[in-house]
Amino acid sequence: MLSRTASSLYWLGRYFERADFIARLVEATVRLDVLSPRSAGLAAWGSALAVTDTASAFAEGGRELRRREVARFLTVETCHPGSIVRCIDMARTNARAVRTALTREAWSAINRAWLHFEARPGAEDPTAVLSLVEAVKNETRGFEGAVHRMLRNQTTWFIRLGQAVERADNTARLLDVKYHILLPAGERIGGVVDRDQWTTILQTVSAVTAYRWLYSDGLKPSNVIDLLIARAELPRSLAASVEETVDVLGQLARRTGQHGEADRMARVRANRMSKTRSGDVIAGGLHQYLEAFILENAQLHGAIGRQFKFA
Amino acid sequence: MRIAIEHQIVHRPTLRGKAVVQMLRLTPDNSDDQTVVHWRIDVDCDARMRSGRDGFGNAVTMLYIEEPVEAVTITATGDVLTSDAHGIVRGSNETLPPALYLRGTAATPASEAVTAFAAEAVRHCDGPLAMLHGLNAAIHRRFANDGKAAAELLSVEEAGPCDLAHLFCTGARSLGLPARFVSGFVAGEHDARPHCWAEAYVAEIGWVGFDPAIGLSPTDTHVRVAAALDAAGAAPVAGEAWGDLVPLTGETQ
Amino acid sequence: MGTIAAFDEIMGGLDAAAPRPELAALQRWLDHTPDTELRRRQQSAEATFRQLGITFAVYGESDAAERIIPFDIVPRVFLHDEWARLSEGLVQRVEAINAFLDDIYGERKILRDGILPPDLIFGNPQFRPEIAGMRPPHGVWAHICGIDLVRTGPDDFFVLEDNARTPSGVSYMLENREAMLRLCPELFRQFRVAAVDSYPDRLLATMKSVAPHGVGEPTCVVLTPGHYNSAYYEHSFLADSMGVELVEAADLVVDDDIVWMRTIAGRVKVDVIYRRVDDDFLDPLVFRPDSMLGVPGLIAAYAAGNVAILNAPGNGIADDKAIYSYMPDIVRYYSGAEPKLRNVDTWRCREPESLAYVLDHLSELVVKLVDGSGGYGMLVGPTATRAQIEHFRAALIAEPHRYIAQPTLALSTVPTLVESGVAPRHVDFRPFVLTGRNGVEVTPGGLTRVALREGSLVVNSSQGGGTKDSFVLMPPEPDSWVQTQTQTQMSQIQMQGDR
Repeated sequence: MLSRTASSLYWLGRYFERADFIARLVEATVRLDVLSPRSAGLAAWGSALAVTDTASAFAEGGRELRRREVARFLTVETCHPGSIVRCIDMARTNARAVRTALTREAWSAINRAWLHFEARPGAEDPTAVLSLVEAVKNETRGFEGAVHRMLRNQTTWFIRLGQAVERADNTARLLDVKYHILLPAGERIGGVVDRDQWTTILQTVSAVTAYRWLYSDGLKPSNVIDLLIARAELPRSLAASVEETVDVLGQLARRTGQHGEADRMARVRANRMSKTRSGDVIAGGLHQYLEAFILENAQLHGAIGRQFKFA
Repeated sequence: MRIAIEHQIVHRPTLRGKAVVQMLRLTPDNSDDQTVVHWRIDVDCDARMRSGRDGFGNAVTMLYIEEPVEAVTITATGDVLTSDAHGIVRGSNETLPPALYLRGTAATPASEAVTAFAAEAVRHCDGPLAMLHGLNAAIHRRFANDGKAAAELLSVEEAGPCDLAHLFCTGARSLGLPARFVSGFVAGEHDARPHCWAEAYVAEIGWVGFDPAIGLSPTDTHVRVAAALDAAGAAPVAGEAWGDLVPLTGETQ
Repeated sequence: MGTIAAFDEIMGGLDAAAPRPELAALQRWLDHTPDTELRRRQQSAEATFRQLGITFAVYGESDAAERIIPFDIVPRVFLHDEWARLSEGLVQRVEAINAFLDDIYGERKILRDGILPPDLIFGNPQFRPEIAGMRPPHGVWAHICGIDLVRTGPDDFFVLEDNARTPSGVSYMLENREAMLRLCPELFRQFRVAAVDSYPDRLLATMKSVAPHGVGEPTCVVLTPGHYNSAYYEHSFLADSMGVELVEAADLVVDDDIVWMRTIAGRVKVDVIYRRVDDDFLDPLVFRPDSMLGVPGLIAAYAAGNVAILNAPGNGIADDKAIYSYMPDIVRYYSGAEPKLRNVDTWRCREPESLAYVLDHLSELVVKLVDGSGGYGMLVGPTATRAQIEHFRAALIAEPHRYIAQPTLALSTVPTLVESGVAPRHVDFRPFVLTGRNGVEVTPGGLTRVALREGSLVVNSSQGGGTKDSFVLMPPEPDSWVQTQTQTQMSQIQMQGDR
């Protein structure tokens, strides 16, 4: 496989995964803000900006922190790279560059997602925002299915590698921004707002039902942290993303007969992760842990580029 | 005349961090009045070289360097035996007919100013050979010591060492005479230096050299390396100007 | 604005009351299928094209950056014997193009024999001295040709343009057929239509056949300028259906006069390149020293005989508009026979007498830029406004050498679904001709372009033209050797789920 093709597939996986994540985040934020009995207000939107690392880009445009503005910014705004529309556009650009490697089904899902935005939809009221993110989620689900139905070859593995690396990053960021909600310093835990906030996090990673299955003792911050970090059963947990990365790199190594720097880094990380207990993480400082995780993930990203000669 | 040549080029790849692929025109060919006794090209790093010919029939050397380098020093050395043929080129390797050399290029575009200059230069000349000598002498007289005037005539910012030969080509073509650019070496008192001049085609004689830098035809001091429509086509290193030619005096800075 | 009386490919002559007998079934199909049903099918096809991303970019329009070319549901039909005669003409013409290129970059006998004026070649920028003396493997130059034709009567075909560089449009031939099979299967039961779906296999076979000597199982690639190119869909489609890599210049590297592609597992040697980039951007060491594009050393590898480039560099001299008017002489010279396909009469405006004639007859002629393409810089006299004619008159007087003129041909019409229903519209045709080591073959089909505006003769997609499927009918007697489209249709439909 051409190095350029591999690089495009990997980035396609990353961007489409990111679009999906932002869509879920926006959806959960709308629910938290509007649909919960006690509105979380603008703070919810502010933290959505923080999770996507776009708070400063938002402020630079001289924008006021208003619901509608933030929702628009995160969905249809084309002027910064952290909106759904830009992620889908980047995913599609990469997909076009490797059109021959994708099945029609996979390409169509990306192209349809892109066409939703070509029609220039507004993001004016919560209903419009929800229907837009619903449409995006449908296409990302369709894409996910299409990738799983593709031949189990390098094409699939590179897309899934991009997805796994991106997913690890996204979940870590989500937790990192919301950690003060999960572990408030000296404040009462368990109020109505907090329950809603935790639910928001679970919704963003599609883990509401999973939580109920795995924990019988009600909604507790330590359980939420445990689920998102250490439970490999949950596909969007750090543990699952880390395992998936090792898995996919292993598949690629089998195809190409090459082991490299990225394989080693991923295996070391997974090995460490398998011994991690969420209690220790909380005790040692959740924020520090997540920061280190995000950095290591970025280093792994660099190693992947070197190993497969993306440059 | 036996001419010993040692010429060094320091090539700095524009694309950093990439393998180097270059085309060199640094090897003189044998002709009736030029015999290459020995010739070699060396580079100061691990490289592969392949020889071939370009479309104009010039000998080329492809240079492949796999590991990225900041700079590579290319050295051409050899001995060439020459005899004076009054500028007439015989036994050269020709792949294209003279008629091709009537076309203009980006560096030698047809221009009214050059056409007028050429017409004036040959006003009293009779026959193509006399006209070409007249044009050559006029270019030498007017521009060899006045780069600024040459730049004005060619409507360019600055006239370089190649521009006298370009001017000759454009002028000759405007008179309906095929002309081409030649790169090579010229023997001086102590060593041989890179140089460029021109050739024009005269029916029944063939290609004849004209060196506007001296206002005469080349002699046995000139070693011919490559010929093409303009300097770019005969460049020693493809895509690069030959940096260390003798500059025009009075050149605009 | 006037309209032009034209031959209708179904109805035959102008005043015919009944369709041509062989095509009566098509007329019946049109009569019995309601317009609303036709429209529904057409929209369904266009929706599929949009979903697949079969788009093209219109120059100078940033807003509608990606558009689909309108598709017309009514097919154009060639009768078997019409096609047989046309094919013979195409084979003869393409053989002559290949012979001409081999000669003009080699011995140049045609000039010595005085068939062409030498300055027409040597003064033409399309003649590339940079590759003089180089010969492609097996002496094949124009591997893929798209010969643009127009028709004015049952057997009256004229060549409008020979595309011997990088002709595009073959993906439309294939996708239009897929759409027709899906949406109008009944037509394939009525007519025995020759299959076109083996084109990618034939193309790959052509590529392999011209691999450099001594290469066992050649590695073939398609070279694209990238996905911003207007024909990118086609590049990827072809690479995809041939099962070869689609590469960009940056994916290739030349070392030791051998072309390699960069893969995740290291370098892989490349033997055959179907390039869809212009000569100028092939190799910066040879063609455009200022260009950062291209593959440095590619021409050296080609000159050394280590790689085949399809189509060969330098081919522009064969399809140049200035050469066009000499094509009948060229065909005669190399084939030793009369040309089976005619040229359109052409006035070269750089010749004073021709210019005078053209200026006197502007309202009857089509005037074209010698170096123009895509229907830009073109005057269609009979349908032009007075202001347009005067504009061209001034342009012609100022720069006559840039223009040629041709009589306005009454391009044939084919029924086409338009706003008001089914109505005749003018069409042209681009068949695709492949030349490999073992000879020339014509694909039984092609790209029919249709001018959707009433009376318009400009079929270019950039000017609002559309496309149609082109049926080539099989001989009336069942032929047990050649597979017809009806036979392959079921397997095609079953395979649609895959890709």
